[in-house]
Amino acid sequence: MSDSFLPQKDEIKRRLEGRYIGAVPHNQALNLRVVDYSPEHLSLALPYREDLVGNPETGVLHGGCITSLIDATCGGAVIMSLAARRRIATLDLRIDYVRPALPHQEVICDAHCYKVTRHVAFVRAAAHHGDKMSPIATASGTFVVFRDEGRRAEDGGSA
Amino acid sequence: MRLRDAVTALRQSGDFTAIQEAIPYTRFMGITAELIDDDVVGRMRYSDHLVGNPAVPALHGGTLGALMESTAIFKLLWHGETTTVPKTINITVEYLRGARPEDVLARAEFTRHGRRVANVRVFAWQEDDPGRPVAVATAHFLLVQE
Repeated sequence: MSDSFLPQKDEIKRRLEGRYIGAVPHNQALNLRVVDYSPEHLSLALPYREDLVGNPETGVLHGGCITSLIDATCGGAVIMSLAARRRIATLDLRIDYVRPALPHQEVICDAHCYKVTRHVAFVRAAAHHGDKMSPIATASGTFVVFRDEGRRAEDGGSA
Repeated sequence: MRLRDAVTALRQSGDFTAIQEAIPYTRFMGITAELIDDDVVGRMRYSDHLVGNPAVPALHGGTLGALMESTAIFKLLWHGETTTVPKTINITVEYLRGARPEDVLARAEFTRHGRRVANVRVFAWQEDDPGRPVAVATAHFLLVQE
């Protein structure tokens, strides 16, 4: 990646934060943050917060907010891989919790939209605490891409 | 109240308030449960911060997953023999239609309840249309300490 691309990348990141996080109330409520992106890839972070804890005895985040993080990141990766702005909707999402999450640590989700057909997009994702090689959850999802309603879409947030 | 005590209280009273209060995330999400006809029914009270697509408008898909996972755990705690919180092994959520900005309810069924693992199916719907689920989920829970 050349340096001249960086200002442009920052601008796209800002736009992504505005449209995909700022304009989506639940992504905003979770304080999601864009960590990185490239075509077909998106990484979002979920900052650790006491009010998102699922088990007060361990201090570990609830699976539900990790589901929201993964759903949001996968949907964003689909949007990043589409040439035009389209409305999308999650068809299904499978999450495997491969290792317990650690308390007091943010969770990062990396999603890769590895295939887009005319109406469906396929995504794989992993959530971790910063070390991609040591995921706490792995996921795969499919999304419907609405070809005819693109102009109506504002955000294409996964509903 | 500690989670373990809240589970004990639930088993005695059938009241999920103490559990919901003991878990910060379910408080944040407005997720609770009650016993209706002897079955656990989960409820996520509508709040503006649950919206995922304001243009439609529709609830965020992740919030439906959260409600269904929580409802399955609530039912496992109600039926379980120990106070250990079940650990989610995996969950698959199928989104059937957009969920309107209103309360969402959920009911769980044990397809198999073993000693170590429970296989659970969960259905989520909205009040005015119980026959048309907005989402369904299949999940596996580990019931013993690793």
